[in-house]
Amino acid sequence: MKALKFIALSLTLLAVSIVGGCDKASTVAPTRGVYMLIDTSGTYTNELEKAQTIINFVLAKLNPGDSFAVASINTGSFTEKDIVAKITFDDRPSMANAQKRQFRDKIDRFVKNVHPSAYTDVTGGLLQAIEFLNEKNPGHKTILIFSDLKEELKKGYVRDIPLQLNGFDVVALNVTKLHSDNVDPREYLDRLEKWRKRVESGGGTWRVINDLERLDNILGPS
Amino acid sequence: MTFSDVLLILPGHPAISVIFWVIIISVSLYLARSPAHRAILSMSKVLHYGFRIAAHSTRLAEQKLTQRNREVLLAAGREASERIVEREFDRVDATVRRDLAGYPALQRQLSEQILSIDEDYKQSTEVPPAPPGWLKAVESVAKIPSSGDPMVANILGDIHQSLVKAQNTAIDEYRKSSHERHLLLKRMMPHWRRLLQVLGQVDKSVNSLIERSKTIDRHMDEYEQITKGSDRAVRMLSSSSITQFFISAFVLGVAIGGAVINFHLIARPMSEMVGGTSMIMGFKTANIAALVIILVEIAMGLFLMESLRITRLFPVIGALDDKIRVRMVYITFAMLFCLASIEAGLAYMREILSQSDAALVQYLTQNKEAAAAAPQSRWITTAAQMAMGFILPFALTFVAIPMESFVHSLRTVLGIIGVGLLRGFEFLLRLFGNIARYAGIMFVQLYDLLIFAPLWIERQVKGRTNEPGKKKTEKGGRDVSTAAMGGQS
Repeated sequence: MKALKFIALSLTLLAVSIVGGCDKASTVAPTRGVYMLIDTSGTYTNELEKAQTIINFVLAKLNPGDSFAVASINTGSFTEKDIVAKITFDDRPSMANAQKRQFRDKIDRFVKNVHPSAYTDVTGGLLQAIEFLNEKNPGHKTILIFSDLKEELKKGYVRDIPLQLNGFDVVALNVTKLHSDNVDPREYLDRLEKWRKRVESGGGTWRVINDLERLDNILGPS
Repeated sequence: MTFSDVLLILPGHPAISVIFWVIIISVSLYLARSPAHRAILSMSKVLHYGFRIAAHSTRLAEQKLTQRNREVLLAAGREASERIVEREFDRVDATVRRDLAGYPALQRQLSEQILSIDEDYKQSTEVPPAPPGWLKAVESVAKIPSSGDPMVANILGDIHQSLVKAQNTAIDEYRKSSHERHLLLKRMMPHWRRLLQVLGQVDKSVNSLIERSKTIDRHMDEYEQITKGSDRAVRMLSSSSITQFFISAFVLGVAIGGAVINFHLIARPMSEMVGGTSMIMGFKTANIAALVIILVEIAMGLFLMESLRITRLFPVIGALDDKIRVRMVYITFAMLFCLASIEAGLAYMREILSQSDAALVQYLTQNKEAAAAAPQSRWITTAAQMAMGFILPFALTFVAIPMESFVHSLRTVLGIIGVGLLRGFEFLLRLFGNIARYAGIMFVQLYDLLIFAPLWIERQVKGRTNEPGKKKTEKGGRDVSTAAMGGQS
């Protein structure tokens, strides 16, 4: 009987020490944070169905614990008011699935009621995305820009600000060619080059995905 | 001034400088020949003896390890033989208890049968009733001639009739008596059969005991061989141990496969309980929790097997009082049952999560109606997963048996590998020792090769001045190498 008591005590002590040790060594799994900017200016609102597809794809790819936000790009985008939906998924898979459904419904409602904006403040949206993701501090930060990248600022708005994109992966999606681009393709190429330089000079990585059939690598390595 | 300039004795004439240097070096080496030879040979001797000592130490270590392996092997073999003999005695005891306990009843049964047969036999041997005594007198009277007297003839006729009647009666009685005897003999048949059956049972029991005793004799012979520590016993045990090692390793491999399947079955649903994002030491908490559950199941299985005395990995459990041991059996089984039930629940949860994921993907791809309807055949996979979740913990319980064999045979196998490695190391040390020895001789010869010119001049000079001296020098020159060879052999 004494031997049994000794074994029980030893096991208890071992369990306590393991739990104590584990508590110190406990960390959080590297999560992902995705911020998606959707251009709602002018005729680009016609492309919103494609944006929905991308959002659904991203939702399916994200795991419990990941963060996701969708914001619109309009006249002045450096504001929380432009965030259409944001969520950090519960760490239980079943709850995360329910949250994804709710998120999708919210996006559906937004797409139905969206109004085209007169200006396109991409930089403001990027600054808001940086702020949001830095606050969430996930393991891997991704900013998706669903826009033609043609920035049009309202008079008085200052956006000539260097972007702090260290550790950020910026992906431009569905960068459509404007009529003027067709006339002079250099405009399009210059526009893309300008954004690439801006992002890379801020310490981020830059990718362009125009073929929406190839979204597999949209979030980078998991 | 560069180093090459320093080497140029005559500036502008590198060839002459080289010749000068060769002459200087050759003369220097020639002058230092004897101490250089001694130094080279001493160095080779030092290395040779160093390696030899190391090889000797290694051999001693190998011998000790071999001896230790032998002791361990014999101890393990002795223990195994004792277990086998003990089990055989238990079986004999059980047979004796079962069969000999019924022997008094069997004996009584036999006695009753024999008594019945004896009585029947006695009854069957009784003589049939003899014809009446006056028959002979009547027969004599009946044989008297009637001599024509009708009265006498009538009397004789009556006597004759009486006689025939008496004979018929006697025959009837005899037949009746014989019939009764036959009936008695017929009644003996089942008794004989029963007797034969009982004796057959006795024969079977006795033969079984004889067989068991033969087995015990064989095991006792092996046990004696082991206790004597004979080489045959060691060889036999070693071979058996290696076989056990490979078999148990294979079975353990299969069990590990089962454990991996089990892990995948419960790891994902575990994230519903402990969360899917927390990490412990770089691993997901859900994965660690699943692993812990499986390891606890294996531990419970080990304890269960120990408590049932099927394995003997923990002598403390084996030595427990029977009452406590039986309690341990119930407790460990109950815990295993609980864990198996939890696993079945987790397996069900896994299926629910899979369905939820599939529905979500369909929902996100606009197919909301399809997302709502789940295929009807899903219950098959659900049931299969739940059954696996419930059965695998019990299957893993039996890991204890190959694990015990593996642990025991691993000691022997590691011992054999250790001896092999030590032998290999010893061989290498001896090889290096010999290489060092002959390398010394080789370097001496190479040294002489470098100063061949001064040596040739020396031989020429000595040859001219003193012929026998030349021979002596040559002999002395050879002596260096032969002395080196002989001195170290």
